Amino acid sequence: MHGEAFFYQAFVYLAAAVVSVPLAKRLGLGSVLGYLIAGIAIGPFGLGLVGREGQDVMHFAEFGVVMMLFLVGLELRPALLWRLRGPILGLGGLQVTVTAMALAGVAMVMGLPWSMSLAIGLILALSSTAIVLQTLNEKGLMKTRAGQSSFAVLLFQDIAVIPMLAILPLLAFGAAGALAKGTDDAGHAGTWVEGLPAWAQTAAVLGAVAGIILAGRFLVQPAFRVIARTGLREIFTAAGLLLVIGIALLMASVGLSPALGTFLAGVVLANSEYRHELESDIEPFKGLLLGLFFISVGASVDFDLIASRPGTIAALVGILIVVKLIVLLVLGRVFRMGLDQNLLFAFALAQGGEFAFVLFSFAAQNGVITSEVAAPLIAVVALSMGLTPLLMIVNEKLVQPRFGTRERGERPADTIDEHNPVIVAGFGRFGHVIGRLLLANGVGTTILDVDSDHVDLLRKLGLTVFYGDASRPDLLKAAGADRAKLLILAVDRPEDSLEIVRTVKKHFPNLEILARARGRPHTYDLLDAGVEHVYREHLDTSLRVGVDALRKLGFRSHQAVRAARKFRRHDEAHVRELVRMRHDRKTYISRAREMIRDLEDVMRADLEEVGHDRDVAWDSTSLREEFGQSVD
Amino acid sequence: MSHANRILILFAHPALERSRVNRQLVRAVRDIEGVTFHDLYEAYPDLDIDVEHEQTLLLAHDIVVFQHPFYWYSTPAILKEWEDLVLEHGWAYGAQGTALHGKKLVSALTAGGREAAYCGEGHNNFTIRQLLAPIEQTARLCGMDYLPPFVVHGTHSLTDSDVVAHAADYRRMVVALRDGTIDFEAAREFSRLNSDLDRILTNRR
Repeated sequence: MHGEAFFYQAFVYLAAAVVSVPLAKRLGLGSVLGYLIAGIAIGPFGLGLVGREGQDVMHFAEFGVVMMLFLVGLELRPALLWRLRGPILGLGGLQVTVTAMALAGVAMVMGLPWSMSLAIGLILALSSTAIVLQTLNEKGLMKTRAGQSSFAVLLFQDIAVIPMLAILPLLAFGAAGALAKGTDDAGHAGTWVEGLPAWAQTAAVLGAVAGIILAGRFLVQPAFRVIARTGLREIFTAAGLLLVIGIALLMASVGLSPALGTFLAGVVLANSEYRHELESDIEPFKGLLLGLFFISVGASVDFDLIASRPGTIAALVGILIVVKLIVLLVLGRVFRMGLDQNLLFAFALAQGGEFAFVLFSFAAQNGVITSEVAAPLIAVVALSMGLTPLLMIVNEKLVQPRFGTRERGERPADTIDEHNPVIVAGFGRFGHVIGRLLLANGVGTTILDVDSDHVDLLRKLGLTVFYGDASRPDLLKAAGADRAKLLILAVDRPEDSLEIVRTVKKHFPNLEILARARGRPHTYDLLDAGVEHVYREHLDTSLRVGVDALRKLGFRSHQAVRAARKFRRHDEAHVRELVRMRHDRKTYISRAREMIRDLEDVMRADLEEVGHDRDVAWDSTSLREEFGQSVD
Repeated sequence: MSHANRILILFAHPALERSRVNRQLVRAVRDIEGVTFHDLYEAYPDLDIDVEHEQTLLLAHDIVVFQHPFYWYSTPAILKEWEDLVLEHGWAYGAQGTALHGKKLVSALTAGGREAAYCGEGHNNFTIRQLLAPIEQTARLCGMDYLPPFVVHGTHSLTDSDVVAHAADYRRMVVALRDGTIDFEAAREFSRLNSDLDRILTNRR
């Protein structure tokens, strides 16, 4: 590709996204619809800025779906996945089977042969992982019953693509006779394993899966540790991308879905200390690629075809959506979902999926479906995907208020994310005492540290520690900063500490900060930055040493302790006063001198038992004055 | 202020999280308008009492309530420390010490023993009122009027509904103190304020 042409393309796509997504969000339509509209606008039927190459872009951008599943996997610990096995197999299996049967029935009624009908039913039973997950995530609904169930169904569908790729060519025998098996352009088949006998293909598949699990366990983690130690962030990002792309290639080469492979890798790495870091590194790539994917879906909608047969297409879209809705609603009922959740679940999944594009062209090449039938169906799928965000809005604004029961505030327990009330940033000699005290008292604590060796050691001791730089908003978010109550800022370097404060004040203004301060300048900086609770790291220990010194010199313990308290109170007050004038050097120095003198006066007065101060009640001078004569 | 009296509750319990009765009593009064609820152990976990602040608080209120469990026939340690430090000579007592003159002091306590145990024949040998003599005399020396105490007896054997009833009584009493709807003369006849609340509460305003 010519550099200039590439930049032109990039410019068009990015500009479309930057203009339409904020606009769509503003109108309450969600980002997916914004991207789709952007695609239609720049597509051959809109401004015509991109042409047929939109198809190629789509294939490229499908990689966003792969990345998304990797991220989804990272959020799902194996134990949690195991707990979801019921919904995945039961709900997902039934959804695909029942929907496929129903749609195949409709196709047969319309006069298509049974084999073609079955192929169409299977392909259209799939929903769009990209659109559904993106939309649910954006609305914060992933943790609800409906979100989890939708996810389970989508996961099953992703797995179901593999047997479908195997079954579709067989259906051709039942249809107009087998065409030569062609290789498909999406890289889903036509690989070296095709030439192997069936048992070897199976072995290759199993080997690849086992390889991912074993490598994830024993190879990837130590590798990340070494990479993290270099301290170069872009290399860590590169390693993350390398991992995802490598797995995708491996899976494609054995004929498995890359999305499934990366999902698996994500699950394997879900318990890793690098999870949050990986998440935040891959996230922007995933976001951009998915956006690109949605744009290309928008651009690929064939409006010529739709315009030539508007009634038929509209009817087909209607049938597709209604059949899927009914099946999903019934299944939701069977699986005992509440009405609200059931509606959300059904409306979320009632569309065709991106795999349909691949499978339709695959089926057409294999002669299972004629291209006259496939072309309008591809348009139908694209339209149903475009309608999904609108359908969700319809559900939210019109259906739910009328029929829903409003289960607000009764969300099921959140099992995926970190949601501890406290985040400790920096788990060195300062932070670890705090962390241990909190943990010993049963306070859920998420720990972030940038020293990978240290993280490794702590995890061996059984602590939940994550590797990562807490000054990054995305990482803080992954650690639960938008829901935590407190951030304990115990990092070593003042620059890092202030950087984190700035990030938190900007992105998580409700998160309360308790900050460790190195010395006076850092204390002032923290106070200036609006941190209310600042703890000078040496103060308490120094005072304790001072108290012990006084005791060794013959002071009464209680007196020494009270003197230290007094010193501390004055000192804290001074710091807060001096911070206001520290930029004016002259006032600062003269005021500081004054304060030191004040402090000395107070301490001396205390020693000499004169002057009005708090311990006056234990001082009998005034009593002697008033009652002295009569007492004797 | 529209209320007849401004109430300051000085609450002392070193382990509120383990208390059954006091938690309910606290919940019953902590949000009453015109009542300042001051949790001493919460404010001064190191018993490092801010004398100036405490004196300012006292000056701003008309009736002071000491709410606490009855530990060893007396108050928890922090309340004694509070008395030692805050009630200064020359401020609270002595020739110039008139800051608290005319204010009222009430004790509100919870005691493990039954009422019958607190008498000359019972195993505690003294009545609650007798055991409270140091506080009563402290109040008198400060020129304050000491009222009969509000006492929840037998806390170890109270049922949950008993506790709820006592909490409701406590709230009624504090509100009545605030609104000036207690007949103080009638109240002095009783050994404790809550032995028959209906008798000592006058009709509202």
